[in-house]
Amino acid sequence: MIQLNEVTKYFGEKRALGPVSFEITSGGAVGFLGLNGAGKTTLLRILATDLRSSTGEVTIGGIDVAANPHEVRKQIGYLPEAPPLYRDMTVGEYLKFAGQIKGLDRDKVDNRVCEVEEYTQLVPVHGELTRNLSHGYRQRVGIAQAIIHRPKLLILDEPTKGLDPVQVLELRGLIMRLKEEHTILVSSHILTEISQTCDQILVLNAGELIASGSEGDISENLSGAYRIMLGIRITPDSRTEDLVLYIQGLPDITSVEITQQDDRLLMLSVKSTTDCRGRLTRSLVKSGHDVVRLELEVSELESLFVELIGHKVK
Amino acid sequence: MNGMRMIFQREINAYIRSSVGYIVAATVLMLDGLLFYTQALGPDAEARVSGQVLAIFFYTASGLTVIASLVLSVRLIAEERQLGTQILLNTSPVRDWEIVLGKFLAALVFISGITLSTLYMPLMILVNGKVSIAQILVGYSGLILLGAAVLAIGVFATSLTRSQLVATAVGAGITAVMFLFWPLSAAIDPPMSRVLSALALHGRHFSGFQQGLLHTRDVFYYLAVTYFFLLLAVKVLEAKRWE
Repeated sequence: MIQLNEVTKYFGEKRALGPVSFEITSGGAVGFLGLNGAGKTTLLRILATDLRSSTGEVTIGGIDVAANPHEVRKQIGYLPEAPPLYRDMTVGEYLKFAGQIKGLDRDKVDNRVCEVEEYTQLVPVHGELTRNLSHGYRQRVGIAQAIIHRPKLLILDEPTKGLDPVQVLELRGLIMRLKEEHTILVSSHILTEISQTCDQILVLNAGELIASGSEGDISENLSGAYRIMLGIRITPDSRTEDLVLYIQGLPDITSVEITQQDDRLLMLSVKSTTDCRGRLTRSLVKSGHDVVRLELEVSELESLFVELIGHKVK
Repeated sequence: MNGMRMIFQREINAYIRSSVGYIVAATVLMLDGLLFYTQALGPDAEARVSGQVLAIFFYTASGLTVIASLVLSVRLIAEERQLGTQILLNTSPVRDWEIVLGKFLAALVFISGITLSTLYMPLMILVNGKVSIAQILVGYSGLILLGAAVLAIGVFATSLTRSQLVATAVGAGITAVMFLFWPLSAAIDPPMSRVLSALALHGRHFSGFQQGLLHTRDVFYYLAVTYFFLLLAVKVLEAKRWE
């Protein structure tokens, strides 16, 4: 669906992005995560054909963006950070204008406006001037204009910015529904936003792509290890040191650390180069131990993000 | 073409809904009326033939058309940038020339509407004097062509910046320089004087329309100026989009 090859963007002498290369397949939601100034908006504007990259190649749906932006624009819907609303138009008029300017037929546009208004819950404000809308409704109108022509690719730049918690939840639900019909790119510096709505994450820092993959992939790549929380039932006379040494001796295990211990339970944090939960359980059961807890620990995105940025700063 | 039509309709609606459109229309019509009364029908009016009265009317109306055209045009693209709505156009399958032409034509229709609203004044001269309908039609053609040229200059100026103030300064500056070519051409020697008079926005090219004389040279000049500045505006938009 999207391919970027060594893409950079300079504003004068200042490098705002790149070089970045990645590929995104059709379907699902991809999150662009990064601090303010990381290059997220620049990257999305390049993908939305609002900016041209300084170097490199961008193709969307197999079409070269630089060579044929007009064709690419038919396939994309874009919601910038501030929804591009004409303040002197009502919601209905604005969506009709947006639909027609994006190529919808005149006789079909009215029906489509009704559809997207229902989909984005804008029916109650159909006749309201956009300048009188609340921030939440403006964001919805922004999304409605982005999807009105049924684009294959939907690009949402910080869609939840400035919304209250209830509006954030509603918009998150809307994005989850949109995932079923569109490939969605979402940018945010709010980590939970990305982790809850996106299947794939690309982390940007200072214009560079520093990590990509699922939350689990990033965790794995970052630490180079799986962390397994292991709970074993013990008795007061159990020899925990021997047990720790036994686990350390098992294949792929790199370290074992006691995190909690009482008369009945020993909690261990086990690091391994592979996901060896099955083998570990079998070995412990064979050696006569009761495994009462076994959990592959995925680091929270927030801590991963801080760790990634920290690595980069170092 | 669909994009151009949509932008044209949106701009026309924006003029109708905004106070700026009404303020410009009311001001132009009021000043046209006052100037017609004081200049054309003033103390020396009895000494003038009706053709001269009509020429004075078109002369004063041309100044107001120029100012109104600048006021209406400088917001066209700068305002889109200020409000962030330019992104909607930039990321839609609309070509830059459609944006420029849609906006220009809407402004031209609006300024033509204002200009034609002054028709009752030449009609008074027609009824009470000895001028022909052709003279009036030629005069209005000149006003609309001059308005189109200044609108194109304004569209070019507004394509350069997000500030309407800067766009006004640039547009007014270009227009003033092109006006000054005419008096300058009288002050310098040939061949430069001929070049300047040929490029002057008013004077040589408008005087024919003012007198009711239609020269294809003058029509071509105004169309060429309009085309040149609209083309520049399209190129600026392309460059800005990909900057």
